Amino acid sequence: MADTPPLAAGATAQSTRRRMRSRDLKAMPGFKAAGWACIFALYLPLVVLVIFSFNDNRSVVKWTEFSLRWYEAAMENEGIRNAAWMSVKVALVATVFSTIAATMAALATTRTAAFRGQGLAYGIINQPLMIPEIVTAISTLSLFSLVKQLTGITGVGYLMAAHTAFCIPFAYMPIRARLEDMTLTLEQAGADLYATPWQTFRHITLPLLMPGILAGAMLAFVVSLDDVIITLMVAGPGETTLPIYILGALRRGITPEINAVSTILVGVSVLLVLVLFLVQGKMKK
Amino acid sequence: MTDTSLTLAEQESRRRRRQTRRALLAPALIIILAISIMPLGITALYSFLTPGTYGGVIWEFTPDAYVQFLFERDIFDGTLQFNDSYLTIYMRSIGLAFGATIGALLIGFPTAYFIATKPREQRNFWLFLITLPFWTNLLIRTYAMLLILRDEGLINLSLMGVGVIERPLSILYTDTAVFIGLIYTYLPFMVLPLYASLEKLDFRLVEAGYDLYANRFRVLRHIIAPIAKPGIIAGCILVFIPGLGAYITPALLGGGKKLMIGNMIAIQFGSSRNWPFGSAAALILMALVVIALLIYARSVSKGARAHG
Repeated sequence: MADTPPLAAGATAQSTRRRMRSRDLKAMPGFKAAGWACIFALYLPLVVLVIFSFNDNRSVVKWTEFSLRWYEAAMENEGIRNAAWMSVKVALVATVFSTIAATMAALATTRTAAFRGQGLAYGIINQPLMIPEIVTAISTLSLFSLVKQLTGITGVGYLMAAHTAFCIPFAYMPIRARLEDMTLTLEQAGADLYATPWQTFRHITLPLLMPGILAGAMLAFVVSLDDVIITLMVAGPGETTLPIYILGALRRGITPEINAVSTILVGVSVLLVLVLFLVQGKMKK
Repeated sequence: MTDTSLTLAEQESRRRRRQTRRALLAPALIIILAISIMPLGITALYSFLTPGTYGGVIWEFTPDAYVQFLFERDIFDGTLQFNDSYLTIYMRSIGLAFGATIGALLIGFPTAYFIATKPREQRNFWLFLITLPFWTNLLIRTYAMLLILRDEGLINLSLMGVGVIERPLSILYTDTAVFIGLIYTYLPFMVLPLYASLEKLDFRLVEAGYDLYANRFRVLRHIIAPIAKPGIIAGCILVFIPGLGAYITPALLGGGKKLMIGNMIAIQFGSSRNWPFGSAAALILMALVVIALLIYARSVSKGARAHG
């Protein structure tokens, strides 16, 4: 609409002048360069990190030769293997529980009439997004230490519970968006044909909602996998996740091995988000 | 007769719907209330308790944590003396977060404009490029930035290679490094809301401006910027709040010497073993966040009134 220059009635000098300029109507000097520079700056550090993970040298500065030795070293490192396993375990549990809770909450906030306290419900669900992570981290630590004192129960369950809580808003967003895009027609048709609410949900709503649920689950998984601050505070001894392992290794010194592990972790996140982006692109068509 | 029975049936179905809704909402709300909101209350409580020797708290009420924020108790005569070291950390954090917000706005605005003026079918791809780093690990992105900023990092090597400088600039472990790191980390938060408001820009208004002999700067200042204002405010809030509570960026790029609020709080729960003081510091941080949000809410409602 705004892309096409408005046609002037009659070829007056004025309209010619206007049309000539309308070609660069949207141009702002330097903005294009700034845009490219921004993308370049966002990716440059990551590209350097990835490149030097393949360097056959102890140095993370001077390039010598292509090699996979740091990946081999990372694979053989038991600390890294355990941390990776811990990360996956926590992320899987958090993803399952947060996605189920988020799906139910999304159904409640979109598939029923507006209700009193709806704003409050939104506020509570999105609360983990609005508070600085460090505050959530130390508050959760305080709560858990209190619970541990009172009950004597310890274990990885605390870490999983903390992850579930901050994953809920991320899982909730795409599921709610999907539900809002879906028309009610099919569900109403189901109800007209004497399907019970459960049958309607099971055979109509759920299959239609599946892409949204998958998207939510993937975001929850990525967010859990990447968390540092809350895990740093809440994780007990022996509950080291991969980011916490990397943080500890960085404090001891920089090695290309960290680049290799980091590249793997970045690769997993990028792959998941890429799949999500492609799936959603297809969904809209 | 039929009327009343209908309303009875209706009431019954309404009641059932309400029950279903409650049951559906319960898990998410209970999890977040129990693990995310209730702990804030515990933090508030802890901030009035006495620190335990090995971390944790002793259940004796005292406002000491808040007193410690501003004053230092003399070891010998117990008098209070004004101590601005914690206040300095807060002021530095506010300054750095504010600076990073302005920096992100100056870089993010042209970028968002650049994307918003791309052909429609290309925009999603560009937005994807902007958001992708957000989904990669913050720690790893900061580490990548550290590799670039080091004395023998890419920036110094290329500057020396070109011959601009002879010796490497020491950027790492300075405020500049933290500042650059904060912009780098939170730039996507600035670009996305800016894009959302610029995308709706009607270029006939821009054309009208040019027809009235405005130059580019005046069009930007008086037409585009006011329309993008909601995006500018939202972007600034989204960068400022997490920037204020940043932990990883100052920990890695500031080298642990240039503390921000987030690190100071973490230290209280770690090596300093002063949970009440850490809780108090966290609550003061929360108060700053609430103030920022109130300013945001006020400017949004003001904008809505100006338009309506």
